[in-house]
Amino acid sequence: MLKDHAKLMQAIAASGEIIGRKKLQKMIYIAKKVTFPFQERFQFHFYGPYSEELTLRVEELCNMGFLDEVKEKKGGYYQYRYTLTDNGKEFLSLNEVEMPYLEDCLTDMNGQNARFLELVSTVLYFDNLEKDEVIEKVFTLKKKQNYTMDEIIQAYQYIEELQTKVKQN
Amino acid sequence: MHYSEQKLTEEKVFKDPVHRYVHVRDQVIWDLIGTKEFQRLRRIKQLGTTFLTFHGAEHSRFNHSLGVYEIIRRIVDDVFDDRPKWNKEDRLLSLCAGLLHDLGHGPFSHSFEKVFDLDHEHFTQEIILGNTEVNDVLTKVEPDFPKRVAEVIGKTSANKIVISLISSQIDADRMDYLQRDAYFTGVSYGQFDMERILRVMRPHEDQVVIKQTGMHAVEDYIMSRYQMYWQVYFHPVTRSAEVILTKILHRVKELYQKGYQFKQEPTHFTAFFENTLTLEDYLKLDESILFYYFQVWQDEADEILSDLCLRFVNRNLFKYVEFDPAKEYKKLAELSTLFEKAGINPDYYLVVDSSSDLPYDFYRPGEEEERLPIHLLMKSGEIRELSRESEIVDAISGKRRTDHKLYFPEDMLKDDKTKKNIKKQIRMLLDMRS
Repeated sequence: MLKDHAKLMQAIAASGEIIGRKKLQKMIYIAKKVTFPFQERFQFHFYGPYSEELTLRVEELCNMGFLDEVKEKKGGYYQYRYTLTDNGKEFLSLNEVEMPYLEDCLTDMNGQNARFLELVSTVLYFDNLEKDEVIEKVFTLKKKQNYTMDEIIQAYQYIEELQTKVKQN
Repeated sequence: MHYSEQKLTEEKVFKDPVHRYVHVRDQVIWDLIGTKEFQRLRRIKQLGTTFLTFHGAEHSRFNHSLGVYEIIRRIVDDVFDDRPKWNKEDRLLSLCAGLLHDLGHGPFSHSFEKVFDLDHEHFTQEIILGNTEVNDVLTKVEPDFPKRVAEVIGKTSANKIVISLISSQIDADRMDYLQRDAYFTGVSYGQFDMERILRVMRPHEDQVVIKQTGMHAVEDYIMSRYQMYWQVYFHPVTRSAEVILTKILHRVKELYQKGYQFKQEPTHFTAFFENTLTLEDYLKLDESILFYYFQVWQDEADEILSDLCLRFVNRNLFKYVEFDPAKEYKKLAELSTLFEKAGINPDYYLVVDSSSDLPYDFYRPGEEEERLPIHLLMKSGEIRELSRESEIVDAISGKRRTDHKLYFPEDMLKDDKTKKNIKKQIRMLLDMRS
């Protein structure tokens, strides 16, 4: 019961603090694609894979008092920081979900910037396409982000590293 | 004349309770409507289990798909035609994508997809790109036309204007379902001035924007979304039916995996259980098939499966209490133990249902480029996000209300023939009158 909430809390606990809703979305999407059993469904939106279920679940956790959301103004927009509250930690201690090696992957992802994670998640979204088609998708759909070929290569390498990390463990 | 430009000798019209008439002149559209994959949508209800709460809600995805097509037809033929930033060559692409956007939906897709980890959007792509009648029609337009339509529906096309007609925070899909669902459920919310909104929509760079003068009509539309969510889509009785339906599917899957001998083999489900699903298997399933199984499973020896099917078919739904997970999660664990002691399997009969289980989305102003918000085109030519201009929208798109309920079979808990004392304890915990 409330397992999906617990999984999400575990992801945030494992990451310590996640700064930015976009980053949170991309981290969970990438973790799900790599192997972890998150249930939230993602669709492609203007800015890449996005899950309305995930947004709602985060709102629920904030309303429950299990997640702390700090809103801060940054330039022309707001940015949100997420951490687990003490009540959240207590709930999680009683409802822990077995997800081995999640912490390792999420800590790694949390160290990357949102722009790079956006690229990684976009590449993963099109993993059913040939590599040259994926590159074309990145260049056309993410025109405004001006990703370079080098960054795309790094994204592929990063996906491989994450997958190896999960397999090795 | 090329197939893409062929018109019917006489315009066809479908009578429609929401838009009065749905007009079809294009041969391509007429042919798509006639395909077996599109006709299948007649056998899938738009609102799933809502008919058990609002008896009028028997309308199908077929009705809705025609409605979305008609709204797009009015936009591209009457509003956008001859506008400087609109490419007339996108007309047929927009119409086809609107008509076919829900093609991959299965029966009671919300529960079904959850249990079998499926995604109707994936099947929409498969139907459009696979060996189907729909694909045959689209390919006649141009060999890459199916791919272009699929990319618009999947929101992965570079043509963002066409995407935003079908899928954005103010799109033909929502404008149709809000009005249609309000009409068929009989509720009075869900009304807004669509004609006005259509008139003030403008293609602008890579999105459709709304002229500032149309802001109040859009406010009504946003309010309508808000009201419909709480009053119709998230109705607690509908959610109860959904909970039972989901549990039926879980139970049948569990039984199959344990090697249970069904009196009536669940042939239509085998591919779902064994992960060998093909498009052909998927398309064979519709609501009439599901109801057939719910009927025959009532006679199964497995008491849980039989009971849940009886409940669903005869509308003997679970009761509910408000549940606050933050304060009551320990109580939930206690209840779960007591249910087990009472011989009632908590996995099937004690269910928490949260608002995030049904993500009909609310309007969001868009933070950090998460999703594209609704933009107003100001007189100065500047683009402004809606909630910054509208106090009403700002008020309802701020801190969100969330909701959790705990569902259980009241009749079982009141049946004191067995485990009387334990059931009494459960009733006290649930604040039920004994």
